[in-house]
Amino acid sequence: MDIQALAREFARDPDSLVFLRLGEGLRRKGDLESATAVALSGLERYPDLPAARDLYARLLLDASRPDEARHVWETVLQRDARHQGAHKGLGFLYYSRGDLDAALEHLETALAVDPTDQSVLQAFQLVRTTARTIEEDDEEPNIFAGLEGAEHGLLLVDDAGRVLAGRLGGNANTDEMAARVAALVREAERTARLLDLGKWEWLIAESASQNVHLTQPTNETCLVTMRDRSVPPGRLAFLAQKANDAARGWLEGQRP
Amino acid sequence: MTHQLQGVLDVLTRVRGVQGAMFVARDDGLVIAETLMEGVRGKALAALAASVFGKFTWVSGTAKAGEPRFLHMQCTEGAVLVLATNQDVLVVIVTDTNTNVGLVRLEMLRAGEVFA
Repeated sequence: MDIQALAREFARDPDSLVFLRLGEGLRRKGDLESATAVALSGLERYPDLPAARDLYARLLLDASRPDEARHVWETVLQRDARHQGAHKGLGFLYYSRGDLDAALEHLETALAVDPTDQSVLQAFQLVRTTARTIEEDDEEPNIFAGLEGAEHGLLLVDDAGRVLAGRLGGNANTDEMAARVAALVREAERTARLLDLGKWEWLIAESASQNVHLTQPTNETCLVTMRDRSVPPGRLAFLAQKANDAARGWLEGQRP
Repeated sequence: MTHQLQGVLDVLTRVRGVQGAMFVARDDGLVIAETLMEGVRGKALAALAASVFGKFTWVSGTAKAGEPRFLHMQCTEGAVLVLATNQDVLVVIVTDTNTNVGLVRLEMLRAGEVFA
């Protein structure tokens, strides 16, 4: 039925629910003023009808009145917690505001109500893709990218025992490791000083299952390079030197 | 026993660059036996080497890397090497900068066999 037919039907029987289709038709046509008049007229007769409120909320959003639209949709959800239109509308509203978590939550609910609704499905996929892209962009860059073992065997800590970059594999507690390493570095510095050995440069140690190399890219930091025992100490030192160069470059880039 | 330990340490100090060799109690850093060149402060070396090794033991434990065995701390004017034996005794060496660390390490392993 076209808009004119709907308008005639609405004029003939103002109490019918045809105002919902007429209002939506006018809205899609871009005649927001007429659509709003029809929606308000319907709301006068059916103030508690969720579909009427949903239509009115969409018109409010079209009219750049998002806070009022949100309020109306929220009243819809108070009456019908699974109202698909309200969840879809709020999903779009939160997406436009950049609140992707809230948008996903509402769209997920809308999709659960009607998994076949292609418009909701597309909106959900769009928001999820956007959220993933932002997450990837926000991820801490791996300053050791391209180096052997960059993902699990290099850890840069500051002299206060805090992690600056990198991670260790296995079950190692990275934060505790950083604190322990800082304590070891302080002891190495003290030892070098008290024994008149000059400045501490690096330390390499062999344990039952791992070889560990410690060096200082700068005076305030320490780089831990760990590999299993199959990597001999000499090669470990070589790898550590390359990582040390990368860490130093990154640290210099962080200076204001 | 003391004579035997001293003999083992004497062998270690014959390696070029080695300025001192000691057996040190791992727990408290006390000297068990030592052979030192003049100017090397034995008690300080023993205590500090044991302390550094103890700190590394914490690191190794946190990293789930297993029991620590050997540590080489390189400084601009020398190095400290520590080897753990089977009996809570450390073999501690201090060297200058011109030392074949690989050779010293082998001698340290031999020396540690005294406590096997």
